[in-house]
Amino acid sequence: MLDKMTNRLDFHGSALVLRAERQRTIASNIANADTPGYVGRDINFTQALRAATGSTSGDRLSAQGSTSTSRSTADQRHMAISTTLPSSSNPGKLGYTVQTQPSLDNNTVDLDRERANFVDNTVRYEATLRFINGNAKTMLSAIQGQ
Amino acid sequence: MSMFSIFNVSGSAVSAQSQRLNTVASNLANVDAVAGPDGKAYKARQVVFQTEKMGAEHTAGVRVSAIKESDVPGRRVHDPSHPSADEQGYVTHSNVNAVEEMVNMISASRSYQNNIEVMNTAKTLLLKTLQMGQ
Repeated sequence: MLDKMTNRLDFHGSALVLRAERQRTIASNIANADTPGYVGRDINFTQALRAATGSTSGDRLSAQGSTSTSRSTADQRHMAISTTLPSSSNPGKLGYTVQTQPSLDNNTVDLDRERANFVDNTVRYEATLRFINGNAKTMLSAIQGQ
Repeated sequence: MSMFSIFNVSGSAVSAQSQRLNTVASNLANVDAVAGPDGKAYKARQVVFQTEKMGAEHTAGVRVSAIKESDVPGRRVHDPSHPSADEQGYVTHSNVNAVEEMVNMISASRSYQNNIEVMNTAKTLLLKTLQMGQ
């Protein structure tokens, strides 16, 4: 009963965490817009949210884990090769931005696009916040029954 | 709280850009200088940016890794009456290119503004997060 009330809050909570992470990644890109050789990063939000919310159900997580270990090695005696980035908690979540215009210093950040992404992410973060607030108000009024 | 590190990232970028702006200022101030502190003609200085890891995963700040002096030969002007003219009557000025420095300055100030805007937005979002559920 109670988990039905908090399920939606959990979903929006993980969405909010991912939006905050994407905000941080875009801020890193904007900060490094003038650094030679910097490669822009971004988060594929759809995949990341699917991974984050799918991992809450235990059976799907174990199924994913078994397929990934069997795929990384051809033989059981082989050493398992980690396909995840070093020190990343969620594997494969971070990708690289596509370069729109080549630059001589090998910097792949497109500042206009990053700024647009930043504003877009800001609005979506605020939307998620409003969803959470609305859900909390709904539940409180349901509890109070007034 | 992962969003707090935005202040570290953008703060490092703002600090690096202001150092770049400082170098531009000293280059522009010495654009017509004949002798630098060591008695030779002033040499233009350029900052070198480098990505810096900031605590959490894949969070990249900036730092100024080096300040390099330009090796372009200085401007030589024929002026025999000048006190620092050599035997042939030439005076060596600094090798600062004023146009390049102005472009550098505009780019630095734009990047500075961008990062300040990022910090303001992050602050607004964090304040709104604090009011969650009220």
